[in-house]
Amino acid sequence: MAIEDDVLVIGGGLAGATAALAAAEEGAQVRLVSYKQSTLRHASGLIDVLGYTPAGEGPLVDPFDALEGLPDGHPYERVGSEAVREALEFFDDIAGDAYDGAHTDANALVPTHGGTVKPTARYPASTAEGLASDDRDTLLVGFETLPDFEAPLAAAHLEAAGAPFAARGVTVRFPGLVRDDAKVTRYAHLLDHDEAVTTAAGETTARDALAETVRGHLEDETRVGFPAILGDDHAAEVRADLGDRLGVDVFEVPMGPPSLPGMRLEDLLYDALQEAGVRVTTGVPVVDYETDGDATRIDRVVVDRHGAEVPHRADQYVLATGGLVGKGVESERERVFEPIFDCHVPHASDRYEWFVDDVFGDQPYARFGLPVDRELRPLDAGDEPEFSNLRAAGAVLGGYDFAAEKSGSGVSLATGYVAGRRAGAEGGE
Amino acid sequence: MVRDTEVLVLGGGSTGCGIARDLAMRGLEVTLVERGNLTDGTTGRMHGLLHSGGRYAVSDQASATECIEENEVLRDIAGHCVEETGGLFVQRPEDSDEYFREKLEGCRECGIPARVLSGAEAREVEPYLAEDVKRAIEVPDGAVDPFRLCVANALDAENHGARVETHAEVIDLLRDGDDIYGVEVRHESGPGKRTHATPGTTEEITAEYVVNATGAWAGRIGAMADLEVEVRPSKGVMTIMNVRQVDTVINRCRPKGDADIVVPHETTAILGTTDEEVSDPDDYPEEGWEVDQMIDTLSELVPILEEARTIRSFWGVRPLYEPPGTGTQDPTDITRDFFLLDHADRDGVSGMSSIVGGKFTTYRAMAEEISDHVCEKLGVNAACATADEPLPGSENMETLEEGMDDFGLRSPVARRSKQRLGSRASEVLETDEANPVICQCEGVTRAEIRDAVSQSGSDLNAVRIRTRASMGNCQGGFCCQNMANELHPTYDEETVRASLDELFQERWKGERHALWGEQLSQAMLNYALHATTMNRDRDPASTEAAVDFAAFDGGGR
Repeated sequence: MAIEDDVLVIGGGLAGATAALAAAEEGAQVRLVSYKQSTLRHASGLIDVLGYTPAGEGPLVDPFDALEGLPDGHPYERVGSEAVREALEFFDDIAGDAYDGAHTDANALVPTHGGTVKPTARYPASTAEGLASDDRDTLLVGFETLPDFEAPLAAAHLEAAGAPFAARGVTVRFPGLVRDDAKVTRYAHLLDHDEAVTTAAGETTARDALAETVRGHLEDETRVGFPAILGDDHAAEVRADLGDRLGVDVFEVPMGPPSLPGMRLEDLLYDALQEAGVRVTTGVPVVDYETDGDATRIDRVVVDRHGAEVPHRADQYVLATGGLVGKGVESERERVFEPIFDCHVPHASDRYEWFVDDVFGDQPYARFGLPVDRELRPLDAGDEPEFSNLRAAGAVLGGYDFAAEKSGSGVSLATGYVAGRRAGAEGGE
Repeated sequence: MVRDTEVLVLGGGSTGCGIARDLAMRGLEVTLVERGNLTDGTTGRMHGLLHSGGRYAVSDQASATECIEENEVLRDIAGHCVEETGGLFVQRPEDSDEYFREKLEGCRECGIPARVLSGAEAREVEPYLAEDVKRAIEVPDGAVDPFRLCVANALDAENHGARVETHAEVIDLLRDGDDIYGVEVRHESGPGKRTHATPGTTEEITAEYVVNATGAWAGRIGAMADLEVEVRPSKGVMTIMNVRQVDTVINRCRPKGDADIVVPHETTAILGTTDEEVSDPDDYPEEGWEVDQMIDTLSELVPILEEARTIRSFWGVRPLYEPPGTGTQDPTDITRDFFLLDHADRDGVSGMSSIVGGKFTTYRAMAEEISDHVCEKLGVNAACATADEPLPGSENMETLEEGMDDFGLRSPVARRSKQRLGSRASEVLETDEANPVICQCEGVTRAEIRDAVSQSGSDLNAVRIRTRASMGNCQGGFCCQNMANELHPTYDEETVRASLDELFQERWKGERHALWGEQLSQAMLNYALHATTMNRDRDPASTEAAVDFAAFDGGGR
């Protein structure tokens, strides 16, 4: 007996979660299945929409201005700029206080842990006080045991990038941390629970000790940036508490993996899914699908649940399994393919044409993914929909280079939203 | 006439560094110049096989005998660079019994310990060998870290007073009539310790005697003084696997052929190789089918290679040489012996010899012979001691194993560090400062990175070859930023950024040849981390146009 739903979303990242939430809003009964941990923990947690055009122009002040000029086949061109706005509004409702940036169409420039700045449309509240387009002088604080963020170097880099404020960096010992190779979640945990720590001055708590450590380094700066380790479950409280003790605004600089802002975004999405009544099954791969007589319509997919093959049937399907990183697109020496439905992935037959020699050049592999019609249905080599009831969203889509454009989150939101809305509307009928 | 140095060695590969060490230990004043980093030419582009000599036991017995002798010497003087893996010459059903017998006899004639294993016994040693492998000959092949060994030679040369100058390209030989008396170099180094002179400036270095140890590039150097050195560069491809499918060197037991060896190396295994003559050692095609050939052919010996993840491929050029008139058509037939060309005897031009041919395993013996020659030319009477004196890092290895605590490092990290640093481990790792891991794949800590920086300055590729940081599965995607962070504040922001860019590009260069499956996913992740998360591809600090910060969202509150 198959598990039956109106809409089945495959993939649990930003695109999949958005699709599931949008479908649920249409009144459909929605299930989301995901296999591996989403790649959100690799991501910065920023919501980029478009920072640079495909031709490299930018940083763009207003991403919406540039949406109209995107080439045919770009995911934004497929859904249209109005859908991008709607999707952002949809996200803003879900995120609530956790994200900022909705007050303007303009991109913000956010300092990165490498010290440069990047344009983004929405940013976690934890980074809001750190914007590079805000001209307050800034102290960056790094930790001896956290080699990913060298605060004095990042400060010098910000100045080299032309940031309109004085930036200074210091490196301190993180109080209460015993091991040199603690995970970032350990730092966050210490602060979340404000654990007792012993310092030279005696017994105190983690937040207090950290504030004391930083206080002596503070000069005229009115804001202080830390690497993104300031709490997990109680991040806002940790930040506010440190700010009170230091008498300045405190912010986080987004970091590479494992990324707490990415994990917090994931938590936020999964809470929303639960609230919306979406049934979520994680840790299980979709291994196969079946059609029922009509080869252009998916009847069911087969989920491998710890060795047992469980059929899942739905009226509409959304494929949001990610790109090369998330393994929604895979490759072998001779070919690039989509592993579940074997949807068409355009690529050169010679793998030496998948790349260019400059690491940051116009990389063909970065554009690997599914071509879709304006309904976001994957298209076969003859430009016909692969299936009438399958849509695709997020990084599994081809025809754009999210890394160069800084458009990954925006595309996931916009295409997830559109695919989910349409699947929900059709599947819920 | 006063000269800048007694001996000037051209080339910072294993031969050049070996010569510099040898002569410096004999008390001569030595300067070595290298166009790029140490090991940049052929040494850094080999599969890391420490030959037992078995490979040459049929075709080139003189080389085979020399290999086994030097193999034993290097185990003694360079223990921290060598892994005694042992090796197998494996016979498949289609490989000839006749050749198998010749190989076994050849090994015995050359003094190479050799023992025959049945197919089943061979699979007991190496479970991933193909089930139809017929039998194998066991020999004392090993794995050697060419970077570590070459750098140890250079370090010891410096310890004995030598000047080692990297990023200094020879642009001319100084010749006065029939005498060569030095070179002109162009310093192409960036800022930091890489700079002994201002980048872009040139320097004339004069010497009593010049040794041209530039390997595949020897012909180019010769041409600067109108000397013909007919070196025949021959390229070979090597493919690096992300894990060690084998712990023993696996050779195919058949007369010459491409793709016939797998060398376990640290955390990886290296597949090799091909042998194809090229006209230009700096510019030759690197083609996908060569990589495919490695995987497809070697899968006949070790079938799981077909499915395994490769992390990069690279090509090296051999400095093959044969005396004029030999006329060998196939580069695999050219002897691996080396030749000392004394240009006074050969061309009537005094002051320089060229050293060509040879192979990595016998670099020390080559260096000894050339150094003897140089001493004779200069009338110096000093004996070679390089076969007896351990290299820095290989002194008191036994004491190290017994007496060393782990410096607060977790055991796998400590073990790896000790292997790399050998007897230098205490000196490098004893620190009161925080010592977090910088490169997770290879377990390299901050102390080790800083030690390498103190040797090589802001050049992160030089740090890489000393530590292996950025050489694991992620190919630098996760760690090269962190490596660069360690350069600050010794080096300024701009220098750090340039060094990071250079390392990241270099890591990408080899990875391009492994772009499918897991490694293509890794490449996309690396690209996303550096471009999306850090915006390094469009960094306003590196672009001309100023950003109008005020036009952007300055915050809503």
